[in-house]
Amino acid sequence: MNKRTFWVIVRKEVADYLHSWRFFILIGIIMLTCLGSLYTALSAISSSAAAADARIEFLFLRLFTVSNGTVPSFLSFITFLGPLLGIGLGFDAINSERNKGTLSRILAQPVPRDYVINAKFVAALAVIGTMFLALGLLVMGLGIIVTGIELSFEEFLRILSYLLMSLVYVAFWLNLSILFSVLFKQPATAALAGIAVWLFFSVFYNMIVELLGKALVPSEVTLESLLNYESIMMFLMRLSPSYLFGEVTTTLLYPTVNTLGSSILASQNEFFMIPDTPLSFLQSLLVSWPQLTAMIAATLICFAISYYIFMRQEIRSRS
Amino acid sequence: MVGTMEDSVITLSGLTKRYGELVAVDHLSLTIKRGEIFGLLGPNGAGKSTTILMMLGLSEPSEGSANVCGVDPTREPILVKRKVGYLADDVGFYEDMNAVQNLMFTARLNQIPDDEARKEADRLLEQVGLSEAKHKKVGTYSRGMRQRLGLADVLIKRPEVIILDEPTLGLDPEGVKELMQLIRRLSRQEGMTVLLSSHQLHQVQEVCDRVGLFVKGKLLAQGDVGSLAKQLFPDEKIEIRFRISTATDELIGQIRGLEQVIDVEYDEKSEEWIMHSHTDLTHMVAELAVKNGARLLSLRQHDYGLDEIYLRYFEGGAA
Repeated sequence: MNKRTFWVIVRKEVADYLHSWRFFILIGIIMLTCLGSLYTALSAISSSAAAADARIEFLFLRLFTVSNGTVPSFLSFITFLGPLLGIGLGFDAINSERNKGTLSRILAQPVPRDYVINAKFVAALAVIGTMFLALGLLVMGLGIIVTGIELSFEEFLRILSYLLMSLVYVAFWLNLSILFSVLFKQPATAALAGIAVWLFFSVFYNMIVELLGKALVPSEVTLESLLNYESIMMFLMRLSPSYLFGEVTTTLLYPTVNTLGSSILASQNEFFMIPDTPLSFLQSLLVSWPQLTAMIAATLICFAISYYIFMRQEIRSRS
Repeated sequence: MVGTMEDSVITLSGLTKRYGELVAVDHLSLTIKRGEIFGLLGPNGAGKSTTILMMLGLSEPSEGSANVCGVDPTREPILVKRKVGYLADDVGFYEDMNAVQNLMFTARLNQIPDDEARKEADRLLEQVGLSEAKHKKVGTYSRGMRQRLGLADVLIKRPEVIILDEPTLGLDPEGVKELMQLIRRLSRQEGMTVLLSSHQLHQVQEVCDRVGLFVKGKLLAQGDVGSLAKQLFPDEKIEIRFRISTATDELIGQIRGLEQVIDVEYDEKSEEWIMHSHTDLTHMVAELAVKNGARLLSLRQHDYGLDEIYLRYFEGGAA
């Protein structure tokens, strides 16, 4: 089958996004918050750069991570708002076409059914990717202009890969909401389901894990039981996609972070004789590789489930 | 066009669709010839849409097979959809696009070159009488305009067969008449085979060359509308319904004993006696009743025709 029809659908979807109010609202929220965080980061950097010796490495990366306490950093904004973007663009992907009766019309054309769901995903991803890249480059450019700090190639690579990781993270939420849009007939239900999962992981999950953690505290304090407890807690935390994303971005944007395995190890650098020097870009990437794999796997699982269900659904007009 | 007018374009043999316990389509066998307009008539829920979905490869038959334009739709749905145009009962368009844009999207999905498609779209919109509204957003269209746009949408890919599912649904009588004439004119002009489903017997009888009566997943009769009644009620030439004050066994016995009588039965629902006979025996019934001293409360002769088909199979839904 000709791939051209696939791109016809992608093109239409992209055009749809670019013409929708929803997209402009989402992009407006993210733009404003990011510029706000950039402003506070800039003010924080200039004071800290003046105070500390000039030896601070990777000063530029701090544009993305530092905040003065009033407005969260770029990093935490993306972690928090990224899911909203994914959910916002995906929650009505399939069900609104179904409700409008356009899905059965498309499927009556000589187009393989999976083109529809694939094109929806690719189009949303392309739109978000372009937006993130533009946003990242904008922040970088503004940072250079305002601070005059030069951007090393390694920093550039780190920021670029950070943006890519954010895209994977948003892709996870996008796929989750596409899954809901396949499952639920009402777009509102799908949106609520997506937001519920998002809130669960960003607000409640930490509390639950903490509660569980209190219950699971070993009664006997031995090295073994402590390590065991630590690994259980780690595992529980890592079930949350936002935690995984946090770990990935931490290694990429804080070059000195050299382990993600255990907070005991991380906090006792000197005891374990782990050097405090920054890692190279590739090594940082290597540290976060398992997390990245897990994120991509979660994304693919969501997509596979929605693909499977969508392919087997009977498409009647408006039902 | 290959072959003669007598070619069969659609052949269904033993087509069956089950949803769990429910048999939606029950061993349907049907042949539709090239160039004819065939009306699939049946009450709501008879399985018409399901049959159509199976012909398009949008739903898999549980048993039996379909052949549309020489292709098995279950195995090669894409090929079938290239040759068959399908207008769903409640067709949906992208509301924020205008008529031309909607048609162009369909044309692109069918890989028709843009310049060719644009000319064709203009021509078809002229034909269905939407030339003036073609640059208006489809969201502003009335129901009748949508159906006509749907027809243009179906025709733009130059199909061999068009399948229209309940095309008259929700249209006013004037709109129905216009649409049916349009369908007839276009199909003759473009030499296409048309299969249309409807539960409005009276509306479609004029344009169809042949109709099939489809009730509860079964095809009860097919042929032109006039021959339907004969097929459905082969023995029952005349039905007489009467109500009498006192129906003694003797009186009923005498009526039963009349020449040409087929049967006499009491219908508790309508509290009427129903008599079937080969000739008109109204006067004899009246005479016998009076002779026996019973008061004749009502007496009427019942014709079998479209109305009877309608009453029996469509409105009650029970055969």
